[in-house]
Amino acid sequence: MEKRVTFKGLWLPLLLVLPQIVITAVFFFYPAGQAIWQSLFIPDPFGLSMQYVGLGNFEYLLGNSYYRASFVTTAVFSILVTVVSMGIALYLAVLADRLIKGSGVYRTLLIWPYAVAPAVAGVLWLFMFNTRVGVVTWYLGVLGYDWNHVLNGEEAMGLVVVASAWGRISYNFLFFLAGLQSIPKSVIEAAAIDGARFWTRFRTIVFPLLSPTTFFLLVVNIVYAFFETFGVIHTITSGGPQQSTTILVYKVFSDGFVGQDLGSSAAQSVILLVIVGLLTIVQFKYIERRVHY
Amino acid sequence: MAERTGMVEKRGAGLWLTHLGLCIGLLFIFFPIWLAFVASTVSQPEITQPPMPLLPGDQFFENYRKALLAGVNAPVAWMMLNSLFMAMGIAIGKIIISLLSAFAIVYFRFPGRKTFFWLIFLTLMLPVEVRIVPTYEVVASFGMLNSYSGLIFPLIASATATFLFRQFFMTVPDELAEAARVDGAGPMRFFRDILLPMSRTNIAALFVILFIYGWNQYLWPLLITTDPSMNTIVMGIKQMFPSGDDIADWPVIMATSILAMIPPVIVVVGMQRLFIRGLVDSEK
Repeated sequence: MEKRVTFKGLWLPLLLVLPQIVITAVFFFYPAGQAIWQSLFIPDPFGLSMQYVGLGNFEYLLGNSYYRASFVTTAVFSILVTVVSMGIALYLAVLADRLIKGSGVYRTLLIWPYAVAPAVAGVLWLFMFNTRVGVVTWYLGVLGYDWNHVLNGEEAMGLVVVASAWGRISYNFLFFLAGLQSIPKSVIEAAAIDGARFWTRFRTIVFPLLSPTTFFLLVVNIVYAFFETFGVIHTITSGGPQQSTTILVYKVFSDGFVGQDLGSSAAQSVILLVIVGLLTIVQFKYIERRVHY
Repeated sequence: MAERTGMVEKRGAGLWLTHLGLCIGLLFIFFPIWLAFVASTVSQPEITQPPMPLLPGDQFFENYRKALLAGVNAPVAWMMLNSLFMAMGIAIGKIIISLLSAFAIVYFRFPGRKTFFWLIFLTLMLPVEVRIVPTYEVVASFGMLNSYSGLIFPLIASATATFLFRQFFMTVPDELAEAARVDGAGPMRFFRDILLPMSRTNIAALFVILFIYGWNQYLWPLLITTDPSMNTIVMGIKQMFPSGDDIADWPVIMATSILAMIPPVIVVVGMQRLFIRGLVDSEK
């Protein structure tokens, strides 16, 4: 796509793009290049020299059981976050779509979590499930269940999943509602006249017509779970217990800044970079398809 | 939205069930927020001897005054100001550089334009979380740790907004630029008098999204603001938890959590239309 009418000039456009060029070069391309470069070296413990190891860092990582475990943790975590959050959002969107009046009020209230930072969402959920003062913990105790996410890895995973999914409901709800409202009412009414009940209509008409939205949200939510949930995990579990909630992004942070293992951290960055790249390609492929509709 | 009256919307009992279902959802959404609010209005002993009350207490002013003026490591009022500078810096900075470069790549032919466009495209793919260690080193080497510029610049180094404005500029009718040229108006005049006013809604929608993005940052401020007086509120909350076995000052921490969500909630709810538009735009 090109503009037919353009202005003349050479220095002006270069001057206009200069701020962006400088900022992206210094704070984006240089660090990204550094990550790739550093991933090929092991620094000595005093940081005085670097030893070239080729793909050694990657070989080490892929052979490392902790790193492989972190891959599995990330997969479990992102699938759970995506499913829980999209499930709840779809349920709410279907209900809101059935209302003739008042869906605006629900929308206004349901978009709140979008405004709550993941780290703050983490603190809110931590407070409810805190082992000492948590309200939910206390009532679970009354019911005879001893909640302790500080020791129990599965409970820790459950808690970070719910806190992350909670923060994502607004986003999914808005896209699902828009998707539902773009389905022509006449199609659904035709099915109703043919005697199809709500569930039949939902299964055979609404859900298939919603599939572009669903697919788009799947990709976006997985990206969210991969990268933007750092705040939730850092506030609630710090990756524990026994690394049971250490997702890949958390490991880049803990190996790079806490463990000071720069070569390994850089190699992990590069692996993440490849994953984002793949996800982005999937997303663009999908968008291309949507344009052809 | 058009008036929608059809046979598949619910009336009577079905309508009440629909409302009931939605209210259960609202309960799930608001229970954590409500509990945080209640905790911010009671005294510490009421929380440390569970179960804590589920209705607000009388310590509202006490707790919020303590949080805002004293905090734990730094006064929360100060942290909020830092967050405000950071969020505004990111939103305004990114909008300005993106508007300028989008204008250049759409309305000019200059060498390297294609390359530039692809470089921009690349940045869409890589969140700051992935390149934190080297970015930290760059910022440290510029002496920008514990500074607003250190908080802002790495987060505006991506081209999402440029891409968005480019898409929008492509839809602006060519006749407008032509008319401006015939009238002898230079490119910057055209940019200021025609393009900018036309982009008002896009700019506002993007501002809403970027403001929330900036305000809610966590990892980056956590790394580069070691000085408590530079902490932002969202990352500062975690710093308020004591290390070891000491009991956290829950009323103050929860008051801070509520304070941390007020500005973005006001923006999202108050500018709902722009927010939704920005959300949809930035995913196109």
